Amino acid sequence: MFKTHYRIERKSITLAIAIIVVASIGGLMEIAPLFTIDETVEHDPNMRLYTPLELAGRNIYIREGCYACHSQMIRTLQDEVDRYGPYSLAVESKYDHPMLWGSKRTGPDLARVGGKYSDQWHTAHLNNPRDVVPQSIMPRYDWLSQTELRTQDLGDHLRAQRTVGVPYTDAMIANARADAIAQASPGDADEEALANRYGKATQIRTFDGDPRTVSEMDAIVAYLQVLGKLSDATQPKGK
Amino acid sequence: MVSNLTVGERQGALAILIVLTLCGLVMAAAAAGHGDPMEMHGYLVMLFSLGVMAILLRGFLAPPPSEARLASYYDDPIKVGIIIAMIWAVFGMIIGDWVAWLLAYPDATFDAAWASFGRMRPAHTSGVIFGFGGNALIATSFHVMQRTSRARLPDQLSPWFVLLGYNLFCLIGISGYFMGVTQSKEYAEPEWYADIWLVVVWVAYFILYMRTLARRKEPHIYVANWYYLAFILVVAILHIVNNLAVPVSFAGAKSYSLFAGVQDAMTQWWYGHNAVAFFLTAGFLGMMYYYLPKRAQRPIYSYRMSIVGFWGITFFYMWAGSHHLHYTALPEWVQTLGMTFSLMLLVPSWIAAANALLTLNGAWDRVRDDATLRFMMMAAVFYGLSTFEGSFMAIRPVNALSHYTDWTIAHVHAGVLGWVSLIVFGSFYALIPWLWKRERMYSPTLVEVHFWLALSGTLVYVFSMWNSGIIQGLMWRTYNDSGTLTYSFLDSVVAMHPYYVARAIGGLLFLSGTLVGCYNMWRTIRWSSAISAAAPDELAPPELLPAE
Ligand code: HEC
Repeated sequence: MFKTHYRIERKSITLAIAIIVVASIGGLMEIAPLFTIDETVEHDPNMRLYTPLELAGRNIYIREGCYACHSQMIRTLQDEVDRYGPYSLAVESKYDHPMLWGSKRTGPDLARVGGKYSDQWHTAHLNNPRDVVPQSIMPRYDWLSQTELRTQDLGDHLRAQRTVGVPYTDAMIANARADAIAQASPGDADEEALANRYGKATQIRTFDGDPRTVSEMDAIVAYLQVLGKLSDATQPKGK
Repeated sequence: MVSNLTVGERQGALAILIVLTLCGLVMAAAAAGHGDPMEMHGYLVMLFSLGVMAILLRGFLAPPPSEARLASYYDDPIKVGIIIAMIWAVFGMIIGDWVAWLLAYPDATFDAAWASFGRMRPAHTSGVIFGFGGNALIATSFHVMQRTSRARLPDQLSPWFVLLGYNLFCLIGISGYFMGVTQSKEYAEPEWYADIWLVVVWVAYFILYMRTLARRKEPHIYVANWYYLAFILVVAILHIVNNLAVPVSFAGAKSYSLFAGVQDAMTQWWYGHNAVAFFLTAGFLGMMYYYLPKRAQRPIYSYRMSIVGFWGITFFYMWAGSHHLHYTALPEWVQTLGMTFSLMLLVPSWIAAANALLTLNGAWDRVRDDATLRFMMMAAVFYGLSTFEGSFMAIRPVNALSHYTDWTIAHVHAGVLGWVSLIVFGSFYALIPWLWKRERMYSPTLVEVHFWLALSGTLVYVFSMWNSGIIQGLMWRTYNDSGTLTYSFLDSVVAMHPYYVARAIGGLLFLSGTLVGCYNMWRTIRWSSAISAAAPDELAPPELLPAE
């Protein structure tokens, strides 16, 4: 070994190639099989997709760095299951480009926060967490209610998502903007079409309590309310 | 500085800057139509290029440099790199300490989106890792590759391209976070156009390194260079794979990562852990393997230990990333592999640390008297401690407790404050008098003060986060007799408050040390009265090669 090295360290190109080869093995052995082994991700034929409004909310979650304080990955440990609900399965983030599993819990896990609180609670909490949880150290996000959501390019977003593998249909892409507005404006004519495209369970409400505009608050609350609800496969079946 | 460039190099630089300015213009124009943050980045690229162009044009018509320059090393970019690194250090640490206070007093910030925790935290991590650490690596690598090869850099344009181009990447990335432009992948947050630019810069860096090595007058490539090379090569692989993404539009900042869910998580932590390995470890080991023996005036203790350490680190690290995903939806066989290799990793890590410490045998009196050498010694100690802690935390049941808690933060900071920062400060204190041809640092007392501030800051930081992390982990899993969880999540948040205050104080200590260091460096550079005897390595003396 030392003899070989003694030769290699006299040739810069050989040394560089040796480094690349030695360093690549680990990644190849661990990552490549994840794409080919079928059992890696469970199957759920009824998996729903994020609606355009929820996807926009997810992008706000990314933009504001919520993932720096919140995980979305309940581990297979008893106390986590007791605290947050059934542990997370791979299929639940199958369409998450990128995943938001997180690495730090300064705040609680959010993988199953959907439906845990009312829309009003979330809006008040995001406007100022200390209004509802006096001891909270979460930042305030009061600008979200005042900022109108950008909806005009949601179609492009869905198309990019389709390019990376999320099965959005042509109709979903074409109607992305209308669907986003419809989801936050109950009574809208497009409501039916939206539910047909994304499933009956799609939540159509004025999330931020203000029916006049579609704000960023609408989007992020819609996203939070759907967390943990896109797949029914929360309990491992047949294991 | 410009007057040292040949006429051809000046023209080349001008051409590159014109192209860059145009790129900025195109970015700004494309994004302006729909109010995308990429517009600001277009202006930033333009402003940056025009600023550099202004400096270039001021010296453009100066007489060409004499041939005599080829007989010495080319150190201008190293000097600038050191200064830039220290500016980033101050920036990154101020933001870091600010967000640390925010966790204790959440409203201690401006009422604006850019100043909220989630946007500032990546500005802290990128500021210190890429701004401070990256510039320190680039600057010292330029120094080490020339000295150990006994060869001058092959040209004078490419080192500037690498250094300034890299800083343009940092500026785009970090200014983006404040505007909400991020991919959310930890330590890989910058968006697609910044990532592409970094690839260009990195290729130039690699070619520069290989060209310098090709000109070497030593038959052997010294250990430090193996590590710098591994740093450059592996960071390139990691960066490209983890940042594969599809932009929503070429006229906007947003992109969607190519991978999803579990594959994305594994790729991200393969990247994330090896950013620690090859950015924060390999590169700085290169630094240690040069400056520590040089300052101690002792050859490296063992050549064989260097070899085993190097290949062990290069091979084992790449398997270890999956320990970030214990008990998650990642298949268990990958988790087990990650844990196994993390444990094996301790062997080469400790070999490298021991090699450094044993090099000091016979020089311990100097460690006592010379704070610069003590910085490096302490760095090696922290390197040994934090690699041990890392392997320990990779054990599944330990990770069950430590993951998601502040214990991880303690571990990371033992590494980046105790190891990375101390080795950089030690190396800079050794290097600055050599480069600027001063007898010594302006004030050895202030080096001493900096050492104690940095060490006490690190200890306060790490101990408070160990405490809070372990308490958090225990509170989350404590059950009543009746079989229900004892504490609400909020109980654990409240319990953290004193530790968060202590941590912010520790950070403040460390930051004050850095400011003292900046002052001392500044005075040394401006200290014209004390031009020294020839710097120790000017006329290409024989290098300290490892013992056989
Ligand atoms: C500085 C860290 C931090 C950041 C950043 C942060 N949070 Fe929080 N979050 C907390 C803490 C601490 C709590 C627990 C106290 C509370 O309920 O306010 C919490 C609680 C929550 C809860 C309630 C969870 C539950 O089950 O009770 C939600 C929902 C939430 N955050 C959403 C968000 C969103 C959305 C963002 C980004 C826009 C965000 N958080 C950013 C720290 C943070």
